[in-house]
Amino acid sequence: MDVFIQQLINGITLGSIYGLIAIGYTMVFGIIGMVNFAHGDVFMVSVFISLIALLILTTFLGISSIALALLIVLVVAMVFTALVNWVIERVAYRPLRGSFRLAPLISAIGMSIFLSNFVQVTQGPRNKSIPPMIQGEFVLMDHGNYAVTLSLKQLIIWSVTAVLLVCFWYLVAKTPLGRAQRACEQDQKMAALVGVDVDRTISMTFVIAAALAAVAGTLYLMYYGVVSFADGFVPGVKAFTAAVLGGIGSLPGAVIGGILIGLIETMWSAYFSIDYKDVAAFSVLAITLIFLPQGLFGRPDVEKV
Amino acid sequence: MRDPTDILLRVEQLTMRFGGLVAIDHLSFEARKGDITALIGPNGAGKTTVFNCITGFYKPSEGRIGLRHGGTAAWDALETLTDSGNRHMKYGDGALFLLERMPDFLVSQQARVARTFQNIRLFPGMTALENLMVAQHNRLMVASGYTLLGVLGFPSYAAAERAGIEQARAWLDRVGLIGRADDPAGDLPYGAQRRLEIARAMCTDPVLLCLDEPAAGLNPRESAELNELLLSIRDENNMSILLIEHDMSVVMEISDHIVVLDYGVKIADGSPEAVRTDEKVIAAYLGVPDEEVEKVEAEVGL
Amino acid sequence: MTTTDVHKTPNPVAAAIRDAALTALISFCLFLPLVGFLTISNIRNEIVLTTRWVLLFSLVAIIGLGRLCYSLAIYPAMQRRALRPVKTEVPAWRAALGKWFIPFAIGFTIVYPFIVIATSGFGGALKWVDNFGIQILIYVMLGWGLNIVVGLAGLLDLGYVAFYAVGAYSYALLAKEFGFSFWVLLPLAGCLASFWGVLLGFPVLRLRGDYLAIVTLAFGEIIRIVIVNFVALTNGYAGISSIPRPSFFGIPFTADDDGFAAVFHLPFTPIYRTIFLYYLILALAFLTCYVTVRLRRLPVGRAWEALREDEIACRSLGINTTNTKLTAFAMGAMFAGFAGSFFAARQGFISPESFTFLESATILAIVVLGGMGSQVGVAIAAIAMIGGTEIMRDMDFLKEIFGSTFDPTQYRMLIFGFGMVLIMIWRPRGLISTRTPSVFLKERKTISADLIGEGHG
Repeated sequence: MDVFIQQLINGITLGSIYGLIAIGYTMVFGIIGMVNFAHGDVFMVSVFISLIALLILTTFLGISSIALALLIVLVVAMVFTALVNWVIERVAYRPLRGSFRLAPLISAIGMSIFLSNFVQVTQGPRNKSIPPMIQGEFVLMDHGNYAVTLSLKQLIIWSVTAVLLVCFWYLVAKTPLGRAQRACEQDQKMAALVGVDVDRTISMTFVIAAALAAVAGTLYLMYYGVVSFADGFVPGVKAFTAAVLGGIGSLPGAVIGGILIGLIETMWSAYFSIDYKDVAAFSVLAITLIFLPQGLFGRPDVEKV
Repeated sequence: MRDPTDILLRVEQLTMRFGGLVAIDHLSFEARKGDITALIGPNGAGKTTVFNCITGFYKPSEGRIGLRHGGTAAWDALETLTDSGNRHMKYGDGALFLLERMPDFLVSQQARVARTFQNIRLFPGMTALENLMVAQHNRLMVASGYTLLGVLGFPSYAAAERAGIEQARAWLDRVGLIGRADDPAGDLPYGAQRRLEIARAMCTDPVLLCLDEPAAGLNPRESAELNELLLSIRDENNMSILLIEHDMSVVMEISDHIVVLDYGVKIADGSPEAVRTDEKVIAAYLGVPDEEVEKVEAEVGL
Repeated sequence: MTTTDVHKTPNPVAAAIRDAALTALISFCLFLPLVGFLTISNIRNEIVLTTRWVLLFSLVAIIGLGRLCYSLAIYPAMQRRALRPVKTEVPAWRAALGKWFIPFAIGFTIVYPFIVIATSGFGGALKWVDNFGIQILIYVMLGWGLNIVVGLAGLLDLGYVAFYAVGAYSYALLAKEFGFSFWVLLPLAGCLASFWGVLLGFPVLRLRGDYLAIVTLAFGEIIRIVIVNFVALTNGYAGISSIPRPSFFGIPFTADDDGFAAVFHLPFTPIYRTIFLYYLILALAFLTCYVTVRLRRLPVGRAWEALREDEIACRSLGINTTNTKLTAFAMGAMFAGFAGSFFAARQGFISPESFTFLESATILAIVVLGGMGSQVGVAIAAIAMIGGTEIMRDMDFLKEIFGSTFDPTQYRMLIFGFGMVLIMIWRPRGLISTRTPSVFLKERKTISADLIGEGHG
């Protein structure tokens, strides 16, 4: 039972990270109907940016307060990753808007390959690891041979995710940008005709998606302390699985999907086999797409005859 | 004079619900063999939904849609077929089909019901000729030995393909598109595309042709040509036609029988003359003076 | 500000300079973290940060100047070219080229090994025939196989490498276990792969567009992970080695007295086997092409192309689209199986490293770049992409420019990825963006790809 609760805690933590990335997938798919293949690699880039920002703060600027450093790293990562995604959208996807369906997909795959190799070429192929930044944990239950702990890092991840979700829900439901996004999702041409700046709305969507991925990236760096250039592909697919499971187009769905995937992964690793944990995630993806394509919270897609 | 008891299609108590919305409410009507039966009504009345139910694209919530091949005696087997749970059965020299139990491609393949679409669905990147060849797919597949004989170059397929091209040519000639046989369908003008879609439906060798707004977007001259085409199809090919249409110049000119829908409910059913003067139909299309609204609503059953 | 806006201002040069400066500024911010700084692990395995200002500023300068050049010189040139009157008649030499291209290309591939031997001798020829000739032909065959699924039927398959792997591993395992000959195992591997194609295809083929792509990707990855972890069967990462090599219809290619060289009274060189393998893959590729061209003319091929355009219309014409899709999948998988067994036989060793998602992406890129459904286009695309990346391995002269630690292979994938993006922007419909009808009444007119529908994704 203790193991189960510990895995529950670990799973929710991992799932929060997936959920933040998943929101990016679901937003972009919602507004331009494209699976942004490169999003996982954008996440990986954000982890590297966080790493470099952290190193600059601690070695060059000598900031010793971890909390302050993390906060600055978070903001810096969000800004730079948003810039990266903004440029990617303008260079690789905008020219292909209106082209046939496969073109942006291939472009995104190319972008994904480019990003991971760019990081490999500029930063080297080895893993980059940093000493743990945040120590400290709360012992929830201790029955002698196994203690269920909730680490400070995990608590931070939960709270940041929760705060962001609230901000984000507000953004989509209440602000003009959110309204514009929803209009573009429904009918791009009509939105343009009533005066919505479609290009800018789409750009903003990519920017927000990247910012959230960057938050996930900083939290990932803080939690695991190690990153490599190849860390974009698998988390990317898992986050996409989360978005599909929750229902493409549904934002709370993306986060709930993320948490579910995180739980599935940690439970599978704990109780079955850690080697096949990725198979578990991919299988969930396949099963969801085959049997429940609209996910848990999405709207079924009926094609008009 | 056509035999009024020679019924081809029997729609009984057809009901279609989408969530809480009732699109069609216990609709019953009959289409006779060799007739042009028109389904009319204001927008949103549920006409295309009826088509989709008949052609297997939607599964009705309730109701029964029977179609017969061969002699009228096939209708005797209707109850037996319904109880048995099967989709179709042979009876005497013909067969009976329950269309609500069949998926879309089988409705075309086995029951031989062909249709056209409200928003033309041609294959735009294929030539007019190729479009008509695709329509003959099933026949040609058998002739090619399900591809195997064809790959090996057996002559039986070549002969079947030539026959297919000949039939396609005949239909292209009939609809006046022979000069554009090798042009991509996406390049054809709107009226020509509509005619091509009808020709394609006819190339599947159907017993019932369902046309969804074939006159939409046509000017008066083109509509008159369409009337001629449909009448010639009815007469020369012994075809039964089920037609959804808004253009009254087409409907009144060529229909033998009209069914009027409003909000998913049948409000009239009879000859063009009877329907033209029916009060409820006039009310549905043109509205009634305010004082009479309640009375009409009660009559129509809303 | 776009380039068009720049040229609409009263002073385009100043506007172009401002535009270029802005581009340089954005590039600076963009590349600052990853190019400007380098994270290195030192001896104590701690990360140390160093700066690379020179590299960063050079990169930014190149981009800024490039943008300026584009705005002021290249873009106006393109505009001027677009305004020139379009010649409607095809000049005679181009028509002749079009007509003779295919026979010439076929002839060239047949005599290719002998040309190479004549120019580079036996030693040099080995590299050209093997790394270039055979390698390119494998990808051409894979491209033609995937073309059936993606190009003709319009089904987005991102997991094609799974069938390649099934072919390779079934050949390897059956050859080692039972010692069947290559000629028995080739069709067997094809059937197995085809069977997997139907199995995998059945649940997923009703999905649309991107969803089908993702689920096939998932299946491809699942199969790779299973291969990696099911060590008892597949030996995991270590792979399967000592796979029996193909023989010349029973005569092995060894230096012994019963070997190929001895039997045919020729001096022994290892190139005989390579040449045999070359003609083998050439024959397999031609078979794939021939079957595809014939199928296109048959009802099933026409149904595939109709399916790509509008699935609902197909169903209304009585076509069982599920069976049609499964047939496409099965055929594509079969050819991948053939290619896989050839690959295993040629290498003598296979491991999961050769069957990653990157391979599927490469093959898909070849098909899309070639132009959906065009046999010639796919072949040209394969030659360009695979030949191009292989040549990069060869470019030792770059070492002299950039220093001895420069490894061009690292940049191979970088350029490959960026190239994919560029090609999609430049020609989204592929190199051969036209379609020729499979049957015609009076004349065969080519149809522009813009008209081709995408009825179900």
